Amino acid sequence: MIRNLVRNALVFAVVLGLATLPSASNVGAQGKGTIKIATQSPLSGGQAALGEGIKLGAQLAVEKFKGGLEKRGFKVELVPFDDQAKPDVGVANAKNIIADKDIAVVIGHLNSGVAIPSSEVYKEVNLAMVSPANTNPTITDRGYPNVFRVCGRDDVQGVVGAEFAKGTMKVKTAYVIHDKTAYGQGVAEFFKADAEKKGIKILGFEGTEEKSNFDPIITPVRAKNPDLIYFGGIYEQAAPFFKQAREKGVKSKFLGPDGLDSSDLAKIAGKAVVGMYYTSVAGPVSVYPQAKQFAEEYKKKFGKNPEPFAAQAYDSTAIAIKALEAVTKGGKAPTRDAVTAAIRDVRHTGITGAVEFDAKGDPKKALYFVLQVASENPEKWSDNKEVKRLSIAAPVKK
Amino acid sequence: MDFELLVGIFPQVLLDGLILGFMYALIALGYTMVYGVLEFINFAHSEIFIVGAFVGVEILLGLKSAGWLGALPWPLVLLLILVAGMVVSGLLAVTVERIAYRPLRAAPRLIPLISAIGVSFFLQDLIRLVESVWQNAFNLVYPTMDALNQRFELTQTIDVSVKSLVVIVAALAMLWALHVLVNRTKIGTAIRAVAEDQAAASLMGINVNRIISLTFLIGGMMGGAAGVLFGVQYGLINPYSGFIPGLKAFTAAVLGGIGNIPGAMIGGVVLGVLEAFAASYLSLLTGGAFGAEYKDIFAFSVLILILIFRPKGLLGEIVRERA
Repeated sequence: MIRNLVRNALVFAVVLGLATLPSASNVGAQGKGTIKIATQSPLSGGQAALGEGIKLGAQLAVEKFKGGLEKRGFKVELVPFDDQAKPDVGVANAKNIIADKDIAVVIGHLNSGVAIPSSEVYKEVNLAMVSPANTNPTITDRGYPNVFRVCGRDDVQGVVGAEFAKGTMKVKTAYVIHDKTAYGQGVAEFFKADAEKKGIKILGFEGTEEKSNFDPIITPVRAKNPDLIYFGGIYEQAAPFFKQAREKGVKSKFLGPDGLDSSDLAKIAGKAVVGMYYTSVAGPVSVYPQAKQFAEEYKKKFGKNPEPFAAQAYDSTAIAIKALEAVTKGGKAPTRDAVTAAIRDVRHTGITGAVEFDAKGDPKKALYFVLQVASENPEKWSDNKEVKRLSIAAPVKK
Repeated sequence: MDFELLVGIFPQVLLDGLILGFMYALIALGYTMVYGVLEFINFAHSEIFIVGAFVGVEILLGLKSAGWLGALPWPLVLLLILVAGMVVSGLLAVTVERIAYRPLRAAPRLIPLISAIGVSFFLQDLIRLVESVWQNAFNLVYPTMDALNQRFELTQTIDVSVKSLVVIVAALAMLWALHVLVNRTKIGTAIRAVAEDQAAASLMGINVNRIISLTFLIGGMMGGAAGVLFGVQYGLINPYSGFIPGLKAFTAAVLGGIGNIPGAMIGGVVLGVLEAFAASYLSLLTGGAFGAEYKDIFAFSVLILILIFRPKGLLGEIVRERA
């Protein structure tokens, strides 16, 4: 464990060094100064596939929409931060972000467990965070004025999963596994509560941080032989679990939340996950007619298909830029307070649908999907079939 | 509580634990051999272990893209990756010793320890760098070999796959070979002599540096083999995958009595079985109050108890007598 501490300290030092380096060089490049849009998402480590999608989606949006701000004499810049999917790294980055006065808005994060503590830091200076992917209810239920998201919530997503399990998959028993993070355990608990209400018998509820050896967890699952295994977590952990479970002869169906939505799930687990279902707050690009052009441009520019949440990051960034345009009318430099207030009023029809925020920062209506894995070929991840689509309003806080 | 279920899964849990335990035992040998000779804990061993796994997966991916993976008989492929993993890890261990430990041999005991931690960091991120440039990936997946995934179903709840048997057989064979090497051969005698007294061994005409290199080579080879078996068994590796198994294996070495080769094996098996039982039974026995996430806490609590009553490990520490 000492090594982890040392490593984090080193990472922190390096990040600090990098963040302080460039600040001297770009003052007043075009007269009025620079507006920086930061992204925070995992760019290294096992969840980098999704995290990079968020960064690239934002990058595409900045390039596309920065014209208006540039005309007013501002230089617009994207500054990507790597939160490594770790809360401590996210917070350390957040402290650097608030120290850089040019950063007007943050697009991020991928992981709710990272977004929650990091947004506490942004709140200190009322810096707006627009999240493309964080689904944990706490994100907006704290009622912070600077926190927004364009996607749905886990208390709804868990229910959507349970409803699908009961109504369409007709399962009678389920076993729930989660990854012990704010996101994974959160959505697993919402699934469990609603499944029980609907009469599905929960045979087990198990959390694990294990990443390679799932044998001792699979053995009791196999003995209990549930109709369904629900995995609340992220693909890098779920994929080896599913693969090992099938190898050990577990015949249960699989279901999970949007954390499983990455082509890496198919890459790691192969045929074990073909035909399985997952719920998502982010449909594949193919379900949004307006997103076709985005997908083509993304592929052309970056040489790969957009990962889930890339389109959401694109829309989040577009919303941020719209707000920036509103506050810089007449050439005023944007303040963080003004940007935060302006985002609340933005009405934006993006490539993933129309977004309008409620008082908490949730979208007034969000889309929820149930999707089915089409192929073991990761290249064909975006061909996953949409089985169900629901438009549900954010629940009112009790 | 479902008594039938608890009894029903017992053999499977024991088997899971044994497989994990033999894996720990193979890694633990690297720690224990080096400690036996130099009284120094080679913290970089967890990375030497995972390098073996990376060599294995690279060869398999290469064979797969050349279309030979299905064509060659699987025992041959397995032997190839095992040998390759052993050679690369063994040579890496020797290189690390030569560069990072030998110049510090006369320094106080803590200095090479710090050097070892540094090497461990360095290797982790070196693997990460090489893999991200070469494969553009963080997690690497072992290509499936169907023959290895075949299962023998003993009962409805108990089965064993070919690859699990391979792990057990390979581990036992290597442990036996090592035992013979250390106790029955001239080289083994030389290793034991160096472990007992470097100066005296040197006066008897033993090349101490060469024997120490050899110790690192053998320990590294065992680690590399364990890495390949780890990859084959669990399927997914990343540059940091070695850290936790390495830590557990180090614990296993201490548990068995560090410096003691049969002790490493027994320590590994005890730890693996404890861990498997904790992960499978905790939530069943406590009605969900404690889940599989407490497996390490449970396993390590038992270890602390054992070490309180047997501070030198189950079989006792073997180090040289100080004059």
